[in-house]
Amino acid sequence: MSVIVFAGAAQFAAVGYVASGLPWPGIILLTFLLNARHLLYSAALAPWLRSVPFTRRVVMAHVLTDEAFALTISHFRRLGQRDEWGYWVAAIAVTFIPWNLATMAGVAIGAQIPDPARLGIDIIFPAAMVGLAVGLITGRRELVAAIVGAGIAVAVALVSSPSVGIVAGGVVGPLVGLLVPRAVAHETAPLGTAASAEHYSMPGIHVEPDGSVDPPEGSDR
Amino acid sequence: MTTNLVVLAILMFAVTYPSRAIGLLTPGFDMLPKIVFDYLQLVGPAVLAALAAVSVMVVVSHDDVPSFHIGIEWVAVFACLAIVARKGNLFLGLVAAVAIVAIARAAGLAAIPT
Repeated sequence: MSVIVFAGAAQFAAVGYVASGLPWPGIILLTFLLNARHLLYSAALAPWLRSVPFTRRVVMAHVLTDEAFALTISHFRRLGQRDEWGYWVAAIAVTFIPWNLATMAGVAIGAQIPDPARLGIDIIFPAAMVGLAVGLITGRRELVAAIVGAGIAVAVALVSSPSVGIVAGGVVGPLVGLLVPRAVAHETAPLGTAASAEHYSMPGIHVEPDGSVDPPEGSDR
Repeated sequence: MTTNLVVLAILMFAVTYPSRAIGLLTPGFDMLPKIVFDYLQLVGPAVLAALAAVSVMVVVSHDDVPSFHIGIEWVAVFACLAIVARKGNLFLGLVAAVAIVAIARAAGLAAIPT
């Protein structure tokens, strides 16, 4: 799954729900909703990668993640031009390979843990989901979407089923979030922007909204 | 991983890849109405929050009846949320959440899920 899907939040969700017996259509719909944000990343990178041959862009798309986007867009902005090798390093060497190595380590070691519920391992899934959600909240619209999404999900889950509740929260929450006027949204780092790239990028990299990049402290530049 | 889960992974790929590819492979995709991008921006937080809330607050009995649940899991998830919000460190948040639940269950203050 780490090779074929290569999407952390969706994999966490899928593993949790496969274990709890959620039907596949629900898992697939949740995967679609969770990964829809990648549309923003590909749209933001499109102007930089327009001249890359189509076949290579087909492969580039598969390894486009939150982290790859952040590292790449900040790298391109720092250079002021496209650097295809930079994309491959960010997406494969820095992200794809470590993610899959860590997955294999988990498969090898995870089965050795006796009685995981006693150790509280089951809390990792909801805690990880909350932690990842916090990372995506960059203004009041996201906050409202998250709170309303959670509330609707629980309410609907109690009268139908958890899978229906989650989909309802994921679809309706953003609609309510859009009702927050832009003037009071206090958006600080919309996905697909330089500010968002800084949010996800490596420590020490600072991306200005105008595209300039401050060097890390202590560097010679 | 069983063969079944490989099929599931392929289906998950089938609904993930288009989101990543459309922008890179479709000329002019970045010209779509802003409201579409605004909506997409909000989907991630809403879905993740919905997943977490349902995982912690809803339990399903053996006869498939969902019910509201209050437990130590709320404290653990809130602690993780607070740590990630203040420190920006998800790993630290997860360690804290696991520790809270493990200690509470070891002390007999919380039930171990069956």
